[in-house]
Amino acid sequence: MLAMSRNDLLLFLGFTIAVLAMPIWLQPFGAAYPDLLQRFMIFGIFAVGFNILFGLTGYLSFGHAAFFGVGSYAAVWSFKLLSLDAIPAMIFAVVVSGLFALAIGFVSLRRSGIYFSILTLAFAQMSYNLAYSVLTPITNGETGLQLTLGDPRHFDRLFGEAMPGQPVPTLLGQSLGGFTGFYFCAGFLILAFFIAQRITGSPFGMMLKGIKSNQTRMNYTGFNTKPYTLAAFVISGMYAGLAGALLAVTDPLAGAERMQWTASGEVVLMTILGGAGTLVGPVIGAWLIKYFENIFSAINETILARFWDFLPDGADHFAVVVSSKFVGEGWFLTLGLVFVLIVVFLPGGIMEGVRRIAHLFDRKRSSPTNPGKTAPHPQPAE
Amino acid sequence: MFEVIFLQFLNGLDKGAAYALIALGLTLVFGTLGVVNFAHGALFMLGAFCAVLFRQLLTLETVTIDPTKLSPWGQPLEVRAPLVQAWFGDFGAVLVNYSVPASIIITIPIMLLLGILLERGIIKHFYKRPHAEQILVTFGLAIVAQEVIKSFFGPNPIPQPMPTDLRGAADIGAFLGMQANVITYPIWRLIYFLFSAAIIGGVFAFLQFTTFGMVVRAGMADRETVGLLGINIDRRFTIMFGLAAVVAGLAGVMYTPLLPPNYHIGMDFLVLSFVVVVVGGMGSLPGAVAAGFLLGILQSFASMTQVKALIPGIDQIIIYLVAVVILLVLPRGLFGRRGVMEA
Amino acid sequence: MPTPNVVLHVADVHKRFGGLHALADIDLQVEEGQTHAIIGPNGAGKSTLLNVIIGKLAPSSGQVIFDGAILTGRKPYQINQLGIARVFQTPEIFADLSVLHNVMIPALAKRDGAFKLNMLRSLDSEVGIRQEAEHMLEDVGMHSSRDMHAGSLSRGDKRRMELAMCLIQHPRLLLLDEPTAGMSRHDTNTTIELLKKIKSRGMTKVIIEHDMHVVFSLADKISVLAQGRIIADGTPDQVRGNPKVQEAYLGGTH
Repeated sequence: MLAMSRNDLLLFLGFTIAVLAMPIWLQPFGAAYPDLLQRFMIFGIFAVGFNILFGLTGYLSFGHAAFFGVGSYAAVWSFKLLSLDAIPAMIFAVVVSGLFALAIGFVSLRRSGIYFSILTLAFAQMSYNLAYSVLTPITNGETGLQLTLGDPRHFDRLFGEAMPGQPVPTLLGQSLGGFTGFYFCAGFLILAFFIAQRITGSPFGMMLKGIKSNQTRMNYTGFNTKPYTLAAFVISGMYAGLAGALLAVTDPLAGAERMQWTASGEVVLMTILGGAGTLVGPVIGAWLIKYFENIFSAINETILARFWDFLPDGADHFAVVVSSKFVGEGWFLTLGLVFVLIVVFLPGGIMEGVRRIAHLFDRKRSSPTNPGKTAPHPQPAE
Repeated sequence: MFEVIFLQFLNGLDKGAAYALIALGLTLVFGTLGVVNFAHGALFMLGAFCAVLFRQLLTLETVTIDPTKLSPWGQPLEVRAPLVQAWFGDFGAVLVNYSVPASIIITIPIMLLLGILLERGIIKHFYKRPHAEQILVTFGLAIVAQEVIKSFFGPNPIPQPMPTDLRGAADIGAFLGMQANVITYPIWRLIYFLFSAAIIGGVFAFLQFTTFGMVVRAGMADRETVGLLGINIDRRFTIMFGLAAVVAGLAGVMYTPLLPPNYHIGMDFLVLSFVVVVVGGMGSLPGAVAAGFLLGILQSFASMTQVKALIPGIDQIIIYLVAVVILLVLPRGLFGRRGVMEA
Repeated sequence: MPTPNVVLHVADVHKRFGGLHALADIDLQVEEGQTHAIIGPNGAGKSTLLNVIIGKLAPSSGQVIFDGAILTGRKPYQINQLGIARVFQTPEIFADLSVLHNVMIPALAKRDGAFKLNMLRSLDSEVGIRQEAEHMLEDVGMHSSRDMHAGSLSRGDKRRMELAMCLIQHPRLLLLDEPTAGMSRHDTNTTIELLKKIKSRGMTKVIIEHDMHVVFSLADKISVLAQGRIIADGTPDQVRGNPKVQEAYLGGTH
């Protein structure tokens, strides 16, 4: 039952190796430090999960950050009330965000198209606004929910006194800082990828693709599409919750801004940038965005001045001024521009670009008598 | 009690008017071009920054150092002379005072040009693409617009003073023959409401009574047929997009004294305006206007202390809550047509 | 002689849209194994009738009974699960998927029902379904293009694939809505050949059509619809000779 085709197995192994070896191969890019690597893993999971909904069924949710945030809050509450161990926190977070997604999905999926997007957006904004106001006892409002020495931690107390010092999440008593934290998150990303791969290759996954392709036909073929989309919605909500929980594990502070719609927009960007509907694309999108966010926002005018130093006087100053608009605080401008270019010229994202290039080489190699299939054209509207 | 309710009703009007104006533009674009424009909020924001820009230009100063006098700190005194006043004298001072309404004269051409460029440059390539891609590309454009503004004007809100004569409140209660000083309403909000009403009326009249508007309305109903009649619908649609941009821009300009604009004000309004459009019914102009005022007024009522005491947090979520309920009960919103955007 | 088994019974159906009486007094009985054609000029109410049969429109009065079950008020997927498959006027297919997958999906619907959360099984392990789909494609002569993108097929091939998608479910009733609309002469002929081939298997079919050539070469029984009413009913020969039909239809625009 768990047999995989050779291609799937190769993809999975390749992905696993690439992830585990990240501390090595990212060294030359200056990205091999635990904090950033953890983020790569966490947002990779978020994007993979978002893609299960958007990439497979075509339902564009603009409210997925709500599940991410709920996952974070749930994990921190587990740390506070139950135990500092990460495992119960993860389980608790995934269950809670799954239930939350079930409720929101059940209502939102009664509509499709833009109406669905707006409903998810409305629910996420409601969650965000409530987290800031009425739900302050649960969310601790603007300060954010954090661990304190006085937390009850009932499980931990059963097994002895709390350790002295600032409480931090652990795994079986081991601290999850640094590279341990990275490998912990990496394990979950690999698991998340594996499950996504199984889903995509299953009959269920094909039904989801069928729903994206032609919902009318699905209905007249005898499928009740609603439970399919709802299942996809809940699964992707659980992925978001898992990612949110991991963020709380690596940094036990949960704030409402994680639920804001800009955060929902970010995961959309990641998925589209990498390639919606592909397995690897969303992960790559997440990595690229987080990587460049990190690099670009660190660049300041001094660095730019050194970079443009070779230009003649005046021109270099001009270059510094212009380019400084795109880095540092202006990183989002670059992101927005790249995103617009991607949507205009490469709607399939980076993965489509890769495919096109591969196709180009293919055609060069094969004889010209074989016209080959033309690359699937970006879908016509009707 | 009546006074309280009436006051809340009034308080909802200006916000409702802003929602209605943005939603109107969104609907124009959606109804004519069939494009879901997530950059529309950015147009509102750009309009607001036209006012900021205009004021900054007006208050450009020449700084001369008068060596004969010393400032209290013992340095040569800097004499700042606003250029406009230097050139135009008293008229210049009036201009500075009325910078917000006066900036309309630059807002209209700027927004029109921006709208046309946007439509010709990018939007028109997305007519036949799926709505999801339209959302994505305009979302990207919105990010670009707000980041450009941020890099030039900084991240902080820039207050725009309203003209000195228009500060203070009007005693509407007395005007309506009620007791004096019970129902007072800030003048500028009143102006904003009347201004919005005028624009909304203008747009409707334009669509109703001009040949241009007739063709556009026919195009909203059935684009292909009008195309077959040999009418150059594309160019008209370009102009419609420009018009929608102008409406959004004007809504932004006049709102600046009520809420100091910052670079993400557009996004804040966009989310709400989309909710408004959907509640009104995609593609329905009266729906957009009605829903805009409805939600603005509901929001005003929800922020009454009595209501908040009854249902904590209701003021934070009322709009979304209404949207959810309306969408579930009336799938196409208040005035939506069948078959629009349901794929 | 045993009474023929009626599979589909449209009983006294009326449909009004506001003041318009789109369907009046429709009574149709489709017998097991027969090919029943519904013809009529444009605007006669053919599409309305079809939409009433498949439950998309609720009749103003009357009922549609399929095999003892009332169809009115059921969702399209429930109607399909009862054993009714439908071919659309413009082929409704999964344009983004391969031809083989297009045919596998309905087979899975037949086997697994309206919903099954089978996300841990691999599609590759569905050998039975796959073979069934390949056989079906061979049957309609499309096996060689099984790996093609369905969206890139010619219109005639899309229609053939759509038929395969319906046939693989072994429906008790197949509804065909103008199966040759917008097709070239060549595609029309291959489609007719294919439909004749299916006919020999004894599947019940209802065809909505205005192309007389198609109707008379396929139908066992014809009902003629004009202005929302059935004006004639019978074998092709009876209908051909009916003066009312010639007036309303054959003598009209065609």
